[in-house]
Amino acid sequence: MRRHGFVAGFLLLPVAVYLVFVISPYVQAFQIALTDWRGVSSGLNFVGLDNFRRMFGNDSFWQAIRNHAVLLVAMPLATIALALAFAYLLNAPQGRPVRGAGFYRVVFFLPQVLAVAVVGVLFKAVYRPDASGVINGALIQLGIEPVGWLTDQTLALWSIIAVMVWQGVGFYVVLFSAGMAAIPKDVYEAAALDGAGRLTTFFRITLPLLWETVQVGWIYLGIAAFDGFALVNVLSVEQGGPDGATTVLATEIYKNAFGYSRFGYASALGVALFFLTLTFAAVTMRVTRRERIVY
Amino acid sequence: MGRKLAQALLAIWVLLIIAPLVWTLLASFKSNAEIFGDALQLPGELRWDNWVRAWEKASVGRYLLNTVIVVFFGVAGTMLLSSMAAYVLARYRFPGNRLIYFLFVSGMAFPVFLALVPLFFVVDGLGLLDSHVGLVLVYIAYSLPFTVFFLTSFFRGLPDAVAEAAMIDGASHTRTFFQVMLPMAKPGLVSLTIFNVLGQWNQYLLPLVLLPGDKSTWVITQGIADISTIAGYEADWPALFAALSMTVLPVVVAYIVFQRHIQSGLTSGAVK
Repeated sequence: MRRHGFVAGFLLLPVAVYLVFVISPYVQAFQIALTDWRGVSSGLNFVGLDNFRRMFGNDSFWQAIRNHAVLLVAMPLATIALALAFAYLLNAPQGRPVRGAGFYRVVFFLPQVLAVAVVGVLFKAVYRPDASGVINGALIQLGIEPVGWLTDQTLALWSIIAVMVWQGVGFYVVLFSAGMAAIPKDVYEAAALDGAGRLTTFFRITLPLLWETVQVGWIYLGIAAFDGFALVNVLSVEQGGPDGATTVLATEIYKNAFGYSRFGYASALGVALFFLTLTFAAVTMRVTRRERIVY
Repeated sequence: MGRKLAQALLAIWVLLIIAPLVWTLLASFKSNAEIFGDALQLPGELRWDNWVRAWEKASVGRYLLNTVIVVFFGVAGTMLLSSMAAYVLARYRFPGNRLIYFLFVSGMAFPVFLALVPLFFVVDGLGLLDSHVGLVLVYIAYSLPFTVFFLTSFFRGLPDAVAEAAMIDGASHTRTFFQVMLPMAKPGLVSLTIFNVLGQWNQYLLPLVLLPGDKSTWVITQGIADISTIAGYEADWPALFAALSMTVLPVVVAYIVFQRHIQSGLTSGAVK
């Protein structure tokens, strides 16, 4: 009997907090998405799938989807490629390890512990369009015209992706390094005996043996590609601009809800985001699944 | 040849990471004129008054203090509630065990943005908008899924014999948990504490939504973002850079001191 009291007592508070602040909002979100709710004082009508119909006819929704598509391909690809290269250089499976490998790993990981919003503000200054920005200041010294990193329609999203990569690479260097360290040395020795070069060794041995870790990294980065809120909100001009060039679903949700009080529509966008994330995770797991290599 | 190239590539990335941070630190000592001049020049003198203005007039001191308070109670609450739930779920059999576990774990699959609108009204309905209590409760709630998931598998891995011995010696369930099992779970608890401290310290979206009005309640990420948006050309840019430096420096120092723990704490979630 005391056992049951103990179990209930220990579960009561965590479950209550979780139900009130997590589960109930998630359930309500699906309901609100089917209404035209605009705030506490105004009425609430059930409008069926109207919000979703409006969403599919809305340009900024498709703009956000396009941006997510770019993010989803470019950001993980760049991050993983750089992280794999650095991890491989640091671990140097053949021959002696690089001098100062520990130092590199510490510095590479550093941006990971900084708040995304703070990083956004920092890069706003780095990207300034005139000589007072770090990059343009350097370009002007070299006699090159300054570039509107955040104001140029075609460049703005790429500038934001660069910041994401800057911040994310270190985490994956550490992750992949741990994976590479677990690959037994004699596999490499055998490859060296067979006369395999560095590149061949990387593509034929390291990468296949590391595949599961890379897959985990890909899912993490993909999920991050569906967020992007803090960086876009802080860094881009007009929170998603210029002219929607950097907008993401999260920004649209925030604007519609807390800017225009379109709570029904914002919730519908949230539902769309949820299904997109879920689809991505499911598809990635299907596509990248491979035979596990046992060693 | 190959080794030289490797060193060069690694050094370039080090430079790319450190340069913006060092540049921000230098800019915090510049005058407004220097900031809008050539970016690559050094400050003429060390203007500490920029730091004083940031701390007092731009209320960075207030924001940092608020953040410390919220994160302290947020993480303490997260760890306490998560380990209680995880312990019971991992080591006691009762009807509904699997359902509750699944409920917690499924929280990891949902994006916060989906819950945003109703969450705002739930917190508002409880009268907790613009209050640190509300933000702390929400931080705890949204940290539960991952923390419970991780700790449950940790508690499952602990040997049964010790708990049984404690019970035979007459310790109650509660006592066994706090004095025997919790100390044994220390490595897992340390990793997750670090994970949650960083996550909650860096949170931007939730404070933005849940502390919308009263500026004196704001946390640091909100404050910094706000200083930068209101900072037009006539604004106090040196103070903004001082504010940024003050925010980044303690984090960098803490990171260097605890880097081993932090790296393993953050990556352990991914390797599982």
